[in-house]
Amino acid sequence: MRLEPVAAILLRQWYLLRGSPVRALPMFAWVGIDIVLWGFISRFLNTVSGAGINFTTVFLGAVLLWDLCGRVMQGLTTAFLEDVWSRNFLNLFASPLTISEYVTGLVLASIATSVIGLTVMLALAVPVFGLSFFALGSHLALFLAVLYGFGVALGILASAMVLRFGPASEWLVWPIPALLSPFCGVFYPLTVLPQWMRGAAYLLPPSYVFEGMRALLAGRPFETLPALGALALAALEIALAAWYFVRVYRRAVRTGLLARYSAETVS
Amino acid sequence: MQAALRVRELSKSYGEVQAVDAVSFEVAPGEIVGLLGPNGAGKTTIINSVLAVLAPSSGSIRIGDFDVARQRARALARTNFAAVYASLPGNLTVVQNLRFFGLIYRVRALSRRIEELLAQFNLGSFQDTKCGVLSSGELTRVALAKALLNSPRLLLLDEPTASLDPAAARDIRATIRALARDGDCGVLWTSHNMYEVEEVCDRVLFLSRGRILLAGDPRALPREHGVRNLEELFISLAREPLAHPAEQLA
Repeated sequence: MRLEPVAAILLRQWYLLRGSPVRALPMFAWVGIDIVLWGFISRFLNTVSGAGINFTTVFLGAVLLWDLCGRVMQGLTTAFLEDVWSRNFLNLFASPLTISEYVTGLVLASIATSVIGLTVMLALAVPVFGLSFFALGSHLALFLAVLYGFGVALGILASAMVLRFGPASEWLVWPIPALLSPFCGVFYPLTVLPQWMRGAAYLLPPSYVFEGMRALLAGRPFETLPALGALALAALEIALAAWYFVRVYRRAVRTGLLARYSAETVS
Repeated sequence: MQAALRVRELSKSYGEVQAVDAVSFEVAPGEIVGLLGPNGAGKTTIINSVLAVLAPSSGSIRIGDFDVARQRARALARTNFAAVYASLPGNLTVVQNLRFFGLIYRVRALSRRIEELLAQFNLGSFQDTKCGVLSSGELTRVALAKALLNSPRLLLLDEPTASLDPAAARDIRATIRALARDGDCGVLWTSHNMYEVEEVCDRVLFLSRGRILLAGDPRALPREHGVRNLEELFISLAREPLAHPAEQLA
């Protein structure tokens, strides 16, 4: 893999963000609204509940981590969609740029933009609502790695879906995080789920993160092995998503869809 | 001397439709070859196959020493193209687009190369303008600047002067001719302007229904086939896309 083409994809994202504040706004506006909303809900629940649970850490921490995962996915998908919207596929894929360089550039662009989102969320949640984010200690790094990994896998999968089913399918990919959240146990333990949903939850790495987070906050022992397994699962899902992307790309080259994609975007 | 482009028995079918049927040709370094034919003849299919955005059903394509199917990145590193249907992203400025593609093509001394191309195509006053607001003629010049970024050994131009006024088109033709002559760059040029083809191309390939019907010197072919000029020859071939056009015209 060569550095310059990867840098080109990153540089393009930087140019777009610098040239259009409208693009920069969603990086922190929606996550900021989520933090404010859930911050007040958590504060209210703390005042009315006698359960002895710190809702700020349980709910607000969960919202923050889940939003981060969603931002990673959306950052990657948006960077890919920029090429759809600007009808740039022919210029890109008729160049020496390889698929691995292209996807690596998208992943790095997504990580960069999601770090900005994370910073904004922490800047609001910690001082304003008193979130003890770093109470999770060294496990936090593992949680973040799992969520970043899963977000990347979802972003690659979503991009492959748009490439496979056409520009209109972008409307199918935006709700993916919302569709998965009930299965991931963001706000509740997996034990409340029916058996079939729990089966699906075991395939989703974030479910291990939220289970682990609740265990830590409740003072229960943290099980390292499932969390490491979640990291391995996220890595496997990245590999599967990348395999699917390459498969869709090769099909598009074989059928001529890639060459006609721009024209179809126009129509 | 090694061919800039060598296409062998190239075929592409979509189900029952045969878009390109066993086409073979070469483009030598420094040579400008016109790929002519009516709409749907298979010109864009051939160009897309050379650019590796369309996989042929059979046949092979070599750019210099490199097989496009097996050594795609190395083959495309020495190739570039400009086409009316592949405009550059309108949300980036001229310089941003050139820098973006310059990095993808790994152009050395990129800033200097961009300055050279801005001057060559008279784009200096637009360098910080977003491509989306440029006129079609200005966009064509930016697309050509991008196409020359990596000093390609093979240049594919799909109707490069379609949006240009006559004076600008003449300048572009002169630029491409100079590039082919001085830079040893092979050029595959498609156009529906037969006067332009006659002026620019060293050789033409007439394509119809996915097959090459005629090939030769664009200045000699009309005489050889008893018509006044290349345009008349084109119209004759487009209306009678038969297997042996020379016999039909005789």
